[in-house]
Amino acid sequence: MLELKKVCKTFNPGTADRKKALDNVDLSVSDGDFITIIGSNGAGKSTLFNAISGGFFPDSGRIILDGEDITYTPDFKRARVIGRLFQDPKTGTAPSMTVEENLTLAAGGGRWLSVCGRRERENLRGRVASLGLGLEDRMNTPVGLLSGGQRQALTLLMATVNPPKLLLLDEHTAALDPSAAEKILAVTERTVKEQRLTCLMVTHNMSQALALGNRTVMMNDGRIILDAKGEEREGLTVDGLLRRFREVSGEELDNDRILLS
Amino acid sequence: MGISDIINVVRSVTDLGLISSLTVLALFLSYSMLNVCDLSTDGCFTLGAAVGAVVALSGHPYLSILAAMAAGVASGFVTSFLQTRMGVNSLLAGIIVNTGLYSVNIAVMGGASLLNMNKTVTVFTKMKDLLDGTFLSGWYKVIVAAVAVAAVIAFLSLFLKTRLGLAIRATGDNTDMVRYSSIDPVFTTTVGLCAANAFTALSGCLLAQYQKLSDINMGQGMVTVALASLLIGGTVLRKSPIPVRAVLAVVGAIVFRAVYAIALNLQMPAYMLKLVSAIIVAAAISAPYLKKKAPELFKRIKAGRANGNA
Repeated sequence: MLELKKVCKTFNPGTADRKKALDNVDLSVSDGDFITIIGSNGAGKSTLFNAISGGFFPDSGRIILDGEDITYTPDFKRARVIGRLFQDPKTGTAPSMTVEENLTLAAGGGRWLSVCGRRERENLRGRVASLGLGLEDRMNTPVGLLSGGQRQALTLLMATVNPPKLLLLDEHTAALDPSAAEKILAVTERTVKEQRLTCLMVTHNMSQALALGNRTVMMNDGRIILDAKGEEREGLTVDGLLRRFREVSGEELDNDRILLS
Repeated sequence: MGISDIINVVRSVTDLGLISSLTVLALFLSYSMLNVCDLSTDGCFTLGAAVGAVVALSGHPYLSILAAMAAGVASGFVTSFLQTRMGVNSLLAGIIVNTGLYSVNIAVMGGASLLNMNKTVTVFTKMKDLLDGTFLSGWYKVIVAAVAVAAVIAFLSLFLKTRLGLAIRATGDNTDMVRYSSIDPVFTTTVGLCAANAFTALSGCLLAQYQKLSDINMGQGMVTVALASLLIGGTVLRKSPIPVRAVLAVVGAIVFRAVYAIALNLQMPAYMLKLVSAIIVAAAISAPYLKKKAPELFKRIKAGRANGNA
C-alpha cells in the first residue's frame, strides 16, 4: 500500500554540512503492516517520516500510497490519509483552543462555514470517552492545560478520528513519564487493531521494537540495513538485533537514548 | 464646564471610540486570533476613508461602505499574498503595503491629499434625516457607529465558531496542527487578513464620513492606537468566550478615547495622543515579560548585595 522507490534526500547540498539523510531508500509496506523502526542518532528515521508525510520533497525517487503517486503532493493534502504523532505532545494540538475545538478541526468534514452541531459534538465526546482517560469531562478545557499524556492521547485521537491509510508514530511516548507512556501505548495498540491501521513506529526501546507489530526495520546512515519479518523476526532477541546491526553496519549501535531492557 | 459640555464630550468619546473600535476588532482578528501584527493597518484605514469619500462624493452613500470594505479586502489580500506566497516576513509585508498605499490613497482621492465632504450625503446624514423629529434625532452618529460595531461583533462571534473560524484561530495558535488537520494555512491566513482589513477600511470610511473629511494622514499611528485599545480591553479576561472578548475590545477603545479626552481637558496638547498610545502599547506588551523576569532580577540584586558589590 505504501511504496518508497529509491528515495534520496541530501540536506545542505554543496556545503561543508551536506548530509545524505536518505540514501536510495526502498521500502514496501503491505496493508495492515505494523512496522517498528530503530536506528542510531541521525540514521534518518524522522527524515523518512518527513518524506512520507510531505515535510519536504525528495531529491529523487518516488513515493506511492495506495497506487497514487504522492511524491510532490503538499503536506496538508497528504494529512487527509496520513496521520502523524511526534515525540513532543505539543506538536499536534492548538494549546489555547479547547479539546472539542481541536477535535472538530481534525475531524474535518462539513462546509467551511458550518458549525459543529450537537450530534457531532456528542459523537466526538463519545470518541474521547473511548480513550478511557476521563477527558470527556474536559471537552471545554483549553488543550494547553492538559498533561503531556492527555495531550498525546488527544493527538492520537485527532490523527485517527477519520481512520487514516497510514499512521506514523515518531517516538510518540518518549517524552512521557513511564505510566503515561504505557497508557498511550495501550491506546495506540488498541486503535491500530480496531481500525486495522497500517502503521510505522519509530522507537528507541529495542525490546518494544521486537514485541510490537509484525516487522522491524533498522536504519543507519540514511539506509535501511535490516528488514526483519515473519520467522526471521520471531527468532530475534535484543542481543541478536545489536549483533545484526554490528554485522551489517560495521559499527556499534549509537543512540544516546536507546533502551536495551 | 457645564453639564451640556460634559454630555458633548461623552458623546464624542463614544462616537470616536465606537468608530475606532472597528479597527480594534480588525486587530482582534489578525493580532489576537491569527497572531499576525498587520502593519498595513494605517494605510488600509486611510484607504477605506479615501475610497469611501470618493464613492460618497459621487452620490452613493451606502455603496461607499461596501466599496471601502472591498478595498480593504484587496489590501489585505496583497499583504497576505506577500507573506504566504512570496516569502516576505509578515511585519515587512505590512510595512511594504503600508508604504505603497500612501500613493494609492492619494491617487484614489484624485491627486489630492484632502477631500472635503461638508455637503455630501453620507450614511450619517442619511441616518440624521431618518431620525429627524424623533426623540433619537440627537443620537444619529452614535447609532450609525453602534450598528456597524454590533454587526462586526456579531459576525466575529458567529464566524469564529465555524470550521473556517476555528481553523483561523488554530493557525495563530499552532500552524503545524492546521496542516496535520489537512487545512492549508495559506488559505486561512489569507481569509483572516482579508476580513480584518475589511473592518479596518470600514473604520476609516466611517471616520471620514463622521468628520466630513478624508485626509491622507488620518490613518497614521492607527495600528498603535488600536493595539493600545485591544490591550486595555484584553488584560481583564483573557480566557473568556470570543463574544465577550470582542465586546471588551470595544470597551477598550472607548476607555482609550475617554482617557484621551480627560487628558485633553487637563491641557495635554492634542499632538501627544500618539506618544501616549505608544507608551501604553509598550507597557502592556512588556508587562508579562517583565513580570516573569522580575524574580530573577531581584535575585541578582540580592546576590550582588551579599557579595558586597551593591
